[in-house]
Amino acid sequence: MQKIAYYPGCTMKTTAKNFEDSAIAVFKKLGIELVEIPRWNCCGTVYSLTSDDLMHHLAPIRNLIRVKEMGCDKVVTFCSMCYNTLKQSNLRFQQNEEERQKINDFMYREELNYEGDVEIVQALEFLRDSVGFKKIAEKVKNPLNGLKVAPYYGCLLLRPKEASIDNPEDPSIVEDLIKSLGAEPVDFPYKNECCMSYLTVNHKDIVAERTFNIIKSAGKFGADMILTSCPLCEYNLDARQREALEKFPDHLSMPVLYFTQLMAMALGLDDKDIRFDLNYIKPDDKLIKSNI
Amino acid sequence: MAKKKTEKSVMDRIAEANKPVTTGVDEKDIKQWVMIYIMGRGYKVPADLTILTAMEFAGYRFVRGVGCRQGFCGACGTVYRKAGEYKLQTGLACQTRVEDGMYLVQIPFSPAKKPIYNIQKEPYDVSVLLKYFPEIARCVSCNTCSKACPQDIETMDYIQCALRGDFEELAEISFDCIRCGLCAMRCPAEIVQYNVGQLGRRMYGRYGLKKPEHLKVRIKELEAKKFDKELDVLEKASKEKLVELYAARVREKD
Repeated sequence: MQKIAYYPGCTMKTTAKNFEDSAIAVFKKLGIELVEIPRWNCCGTVYSLTSDDLMHHLAPIRNLIRVKEMGCDKVVTFCSMCYNTLKQSNLRFQQNEEERQKINDFMYREELNYEGDVEIVQALEFLRDSVGFKKIAEKVKNPLNGLKVAPYYGCLLLRPKEASIDNPEDPSIVEDLIKSLGAEPVDFPYKNECCMSYLTVNHKDIVAERTFNIIKSAGKFGADMILTSCPLCEYNLDARQREALEKFPDHLSMPVLYFTQLMAMALGLDDKDIRFDLNYIKPDDKLIKSNI
Repeated sequence: MAKKKTEKSVMDRIAEANKPVTTGVDEKDIKQWVMIYIMGRGYKVPADLTILTAMEFAGYRFVRGVGCRQGFCGACGTVYRKAGEYKLQTGLACQTRVEDGMYLVQIPFSPAKKPIYNIQKEPYDVSVLLKYFPEIARCVSCNTCSKACPQDIETMDYIQCALRGDFEELAEISFDCIRCGLCAMRCPAEIVQYNVGQLGRRMYGRYGLKKPEHLKVRIKELEAKKFDKELDVLEKASKEKLVELYAARVREKD
């Protein structure tokens, strides 16, 4: 079995456990073992754009040191937020020698100096480039024929363009994955809009309105469900449908799945690997069964 | 009369054991001296003392900020910097030897958030840690806490375990914590690491660990009064008999 260093991130271990469980099972099915990096810490959560705020780059860089300590030069991560933070910090680190020295000096207790030489790969990129959608299609046991899936990229997979996993203006990576599973991708204008992110803490109403609009648009274009790779997008689009329904009585609920959950369905994995128990809106039984 | 004078009380013996080690040693016999600075004032002290005994040598008397003198109680947290060095260092006064040019200050107490909770009523997941210590989410992984720890605990690692609800690993890493509070005094995110660790270990002990089977068996035996008869025998035995039984006891291997 092929092995690859894996950075989970805190949310994959807590509220997005369905993302992690389905991810590990799907990768195993594809012959890839995700090896969790030892002693990892929080990714830093949000990439700090402040020019003189190096303190917030310690967390992402320290994780990359842990990857090197495993003897690896490449790490796979699933959560869009973790991916974006690790990727952007690494790019900044590579491009600025003075900052590189400062960060390494501050982390003098670490046994190795980080040189900026770890490649951060988002799991979708890994599936496209190292596995191949063709191979995934071959492994599909239950083609999801007739299922209409709206890919939701959000911000963090595509922006800024240096950290984008695909063409930031016209991405197709999630669409290609959906096709490989036998389902039909649904294009809709909100696919790379922001989910309103952390406003969900203090301004549920703003998030509820955005969620209502995104789901309404996906529904208008015929989607049965929305697909994401970000636990924060998932939370805002899925759990905030409760507030959306309170605010907009004509809101039609729609399930929001992690891409690994959809893959697990198509690859014929068990319920315990798919973990719909942690999704707020449960995919309709008929919808699921007619496709499996 | 004479016998009474030489027989020391327990309290006298404790007081004697707690005296600085150089008591009774003639100063002219001490070959190595170092200069230390206690709260800014310089003192010449014998080089083989710990910070604690050196401060006592210098005339300080501790009523707080001292405890077991064995590196276990965590009462004598100390912060120091050596002359000419940029690094601020930490240690336990009873376990750290004085060095020339040490500038010292004691941290006898750390003002720290200590919430009251009932672990029986809390869920066994990350939410309990975030509920009582939401500031753990402010950790930037700077690792200053681990640098400060006199027990060499990877403090930051267990705070990161707390953030992801990994109670087992948290309990494992933080097990040797003696709650001196130095981590919390150094943390730029104002986290009270040692209290987070304690809540984590309590939750793990209550929910994470398996209930020991042998304990259930023993409780049943006690309820069935299995040992009452033997206890009766012991209670009625003379002192000589007890000494004899004690000497002949069978012990499990350590």
